[in-house]
Amino acid sequence: METFNVFEKIFGLNFLSALISVILPLVFLIIYALIAILGELKISAWIQERLGPMRTGPYGILQPLAEVVKLIQKEDIVPAGANRLLFNLAPYVIFAGSFAGFAVIPFSAAFVPAEINIGLFYVFAVGAFAVIGIVMGGWASNNKYSLLGAMRSASQMISYEIPGALVILSAAVLANSLDMQKITTLQDGGFWNWFLFGGPGNWTKIWIIPFTLLLSLIYMIASLAETNRTPFDIPEGESELVAGYHTEYSGMKFAMFFFAEYSNMFIVAAILTVVFLGGWTSPFGTFMGGFWWGIFWFILKAMFIVFIQIWLRWTLPRVRVDQLMYLGWKVLLPFSLVCFIVISLYRIIY
Amino acid sequence: MIDYFKNVWTWFYTILLGMRITLKHLFAKKVTIQYPNERYPIPPIARNRLHLDPERCNGCMQCARICPVQCITVETIKVVPIDPEKPTMFDGSPRKIWVPRYDIDFAKCCFCGLCTTVCPTDAIKHTIDFEYSSYTREGLIYHFSNMTPEKIEEKKKLLAEWTIKEKALKAEKAKQDSNVSSNEVN
Ligand code: SF4
Ligand code: SF4
Repeated sequence: METFNVFEKIFGLNFLSALISVILPLVFLIIYALIAILGELKISAWIQERLGPMRTGPYGILQPLAEVVKLIQKEDIVPAGANRLLFNLAPYVIFAGSFAGFAVIPFSAAFVPAEINIGLFYVFAVGAFAVIGIVMGGWASNNKYSLLGAMRSASQMISYEIPGALVILSAAVLANSLDMQKITTLQDGGFWNWFLFGGPGNWTKIWIIPFTLLLSLIYMIASLAETNRTPFDIPEGESELVAGYHTEYSGMKFAMFFFAEYSNMFIVAAILTVVFLGGWTSPFGTFMGGFWWGIFWFILKAMFIVFIQIWLRWTLPRVRVDQLMYLGWKVLLPFSLVCFIVISLYRIIY
Repeated sequence: MIDYFKNVWTWFYTILLGMRITLKHLFAKKVTIQYPNERYPIPPIARNRLHLDPERCNGCMQCARICPVQCITVETIKVVPIDPEKPTMFDGSPRKIWVPRYDIDFAKCCFCGLCTTVCPTDAIKHTIDFEYSSYTREGLIYHFSNMTPEKIEEKKKLLAEWTIKEKALKAEKAKQDSNVSSNEVN
């Protein structure tokens, strides 16, 4: 199989190239998380017509650094009644789960950390690690708020995984592949080839465009619920559960939860980008295509999705638990099923 | 069934509406005033920290008496006729009372402004300064008197001298008076 990892091409398939392939996404993740935290602070402020942090560095751009330093300095407390092993393990499980997702994300035509042909499936599988970590953390904290948050989170993630998975399934049917790099290359050649607009094909694709639009919308909603973002942040609802499953965490371990949340945001944004927005392909066909532009487009598109996530967070209030379940099971699920059937039919006919 | 679709549509539509509103605010002019660098203009009649002009204060103690929380402490020394300085007030009239101590405890002051209303000479006034926090409670007690300890000592001595002198004078006068009266009798 042809490799898409530029480092494997340069250094050969050895430890060095593997190490670089691991380190690079980690560095990217840390930089991205700092930018996303700043974005969160600034966008929330701007939406409320405030200026946001302005003191640390010019226009407050060093604020996230200061916050990370603050978090690292904090005392690491383990509650007296906690299950030490699980309590200490939970942040690592969550972070590892979300970071493992980066392995198959095609950053560019020439760089996928690990090219496997069931990338989409893999992302979903490791994404489920987050649930384990959250339940572990919530249960081991020996705190009823943490436990409640963890239970809510588990129920929410499981119910939203299903419409999310159906969307991915539809996309896989449409693309005839689970390979993220292949799905991306299929959509090459301009934005009208994106799966958001029915994917590549002749004019017959027109009648599935509404369904693909709907699918991307469903995935957007489901991904918000999976990453525990507002309006689906009931697992950490401040006003009812203090902070939900990470109530008892402090210092570095809290920072891990924090990073994991932002990393999850990026993972779902990346999936959405790859599956519906054409990944690293340029929206203008061959214009502005190529390796570096590929990275640029990919990050731009993913960041735009992250921006929408932040934007939604500061627009919508939190939904109730019953509303959340209603939306997941009675709205998203039937809609995604209908879309799935329509797309399968389209695939059979054409 | 129709209701269901209507509901779903309303959800979707209202979320878009909300997002449009927040997007507008995202680009709206920000209202934050970056406080220590920029300030909101304070009206000149604002009642903030008090300031005393010791030249104007005649030591009448009306402010100390009216203060509802008794945070003004005034001590006075009488100006004696033998004072070589012949002190005057701001308007040129002779000063009758020295004010060696005039303290306001801003930890207690409630900024009611009563002291400024009763002051006959407008010596005590509000300023617009509100940034005078302190690390100790003592730091919030402001001493407004401009008299040095030496001067206060001197004035106290003068007063003591004068009291003795005055007594003597009075006694003399009384003596004279009694002499006069006895002379009259005789
Ligand atoms: S403002 Fe009111 S409380 Fe403050 S010193 Fe004057 S009279 Fe007393
Ligand atoms: S400040 Fe005014 S009211 Fe108070 S003692 Fe002086 S002159 Fe009298």
